Amino acid sequence: MNELLKLNHIETHIGQYHILQGVSLEVKKGEVTVLLGRNGAGKTTTLRTIMGLNPASKGSVIYKGEQIQALPTYTIAKKGIGYVPEDQGIFAGLTVEENMKVAIQKENEETNHRLEYILNLFPDLKKFWKKPGGLLSGGQKQMLSIARAYVNENELLLIDEPSKGLAPIVVEKVMESIMQMKEQTTIVLVEQNFYMASTIGDCFYIIDDGRTVSNGLMKQLKEDEEMKRKYLGIA
Amino acid sequence: MELLFNLTLNGLATGMLIFLLAAGLTLIFGLMDVLNFAHGGLFAWGAYSGTWIYTTTGSFLIGIIGAIVTGFLLGIITEKWIIKPVYGNHVQQILITLGLMLVLSEMLKVIWGPNQLTANTPEYLSGSWEIGNMIIIKYRVFIIVVGLLVFAGVQFLLKKTKIGLVVRAGVMNKEMVQALGINIKKVFMFVFMIGSGMAALGGVLFGPYSGVIHAGMGMEFAILAFIVVVIGGMGNFTGSVMAAILVGLSGSFMAYYVPELSLAVNMLLMAVVLIVKPQGLFGGKG
Repeated sequence: MNELLKLNHIETHIGQYHILQGVSLEVKKGEVTVLLGRNGAGKTTTLRTIMGLNPASKGSVIYKGEQIQALPTYTIAKKGIGYVPEDQGIFAGLTVEENMKVAIQKENEETNHRLEYILNLFPDLKKFWKKPGGLLSGGQKQMLSIARAYVNENELLLIDEPSKGLAPIVVEKVMESIMQMKEQTTIVLVEQNFYMASTIGDCFYIIDDGRTVSNGLMKQLKEDEEMKRKYLGIA
Repeated sequence: MELLFNLTLNGLATGMLIFLLAAGLTLIFGLMDVLNFAHGGLFAWGAYSGTWIYTTTGSFLIGIIGAIVTGFLLGIITEKWIIKPVYGNHVQQILITLGLMLVLSEMLKVIWGPNQLTANTPEYLSGSWEIGNMIIIKYRVFIIVVGLLVFAGVQFLLKKTKIGLVVRAGVMNKEMVQALGINIKKVFMFVFMIGSGMAALGGVLFGPYSGVIHAGMGMEFAILAFIVVVIGGMGNFTGSVMAAILVGLSGSFMAYYVPELSLAVNMLLMAVVLIVKPQGLFGGKG
């Protein structure tokens, strides 16, 4: 399989804090790579660093063979990386339709096809098409955020904690939709819910204290009780 | 009845002039989180450049267009070289834009002299209509119509175009707009240019309204515009027009009935709003 994204010894500072102190990882095309770790380990900052929202102070981010760590966020996004932030980043005062319109970079047949696909995947968005984003439920906001990232021809989606704060039944729905999307796009997923992470993920990286400390295939991690206890606090 | 009508007309015209200044200010604050104290300078530059072009060419329309272009150019220069280096730092923004305000005012004196200039009303907008006992001053109606047209135009831009949608989204969440592949800096420049053009338009319209223009007019009107932005809700475009009308009307009525309180009333209004509803009467960033 081809390598789509590679992080080499990334270090990131936010103000005076040295958050990432050596994150290295490889994301292969067509796979779901899950970033695991305790709260505050640096998973969200890793995604934000890939997007250029918290630029790396050292190391390199290579996407499709090109170094992107010094590029502005909008250029990184245009290269085909979709981002679903932890807080969903919904434009609360805009309707669902307007949220999607802002996201669509090029209106063409492919985009229309993707929009139709994503609306079939999340029928609630179609139902509340004219409703302001701020009035949607937590699950619907998550769906809208994923839909915005998916609607363009992005080859890579970075999804940050899609199950956070959602009811179990909604988590199931979001999980199913990501499973469907994984057939068409590469995904880097940050997820605390180990059941969801292990069901969707093909491979994993564990980040601890701003460093990648372990990686491998998800099926290996499922069986490694010691590793789960040590880094994820799962008994 | 005639008195009430005239006071209302006068208040609405003043309100529209304040709106043209405040609308840009509120959009710039809402999207860019920039406190631009030099905005009144663009109003004064619009007045001077427009009046000069009008006097030179004899065409008020060309004067208006010239003022707007001046506003656009000054807006681009201000955003690119003055504001950009101080994004995210309110203290530096206040200091540098206050400094720019002084520079802009002094440059007006250097170019056009320290004395105030006469600004004539074009003949076709002079005089009044008489309906019954009521006297309707044409130029005041003209200002109100222009103000409403600008309001409608900007509303159309914000609500019905992609760039407007991006501006509204940017006011709510700048970071996410960038993560969706949009160059927010270009949007900043566009908003700054539009805001500056509106301020300059307000300035050139103010000339014939008051009959004279002077270099300090920018600061005087900027204070009213800031009051409007606070009352209307910082970043709220629709709120700015409502608040501008409120300030214009209260100023007009108070100047007639309690002239000694005509200046204080707006400050009082702002203080009450800050105490009762600090996010503004119409809410912030709408």
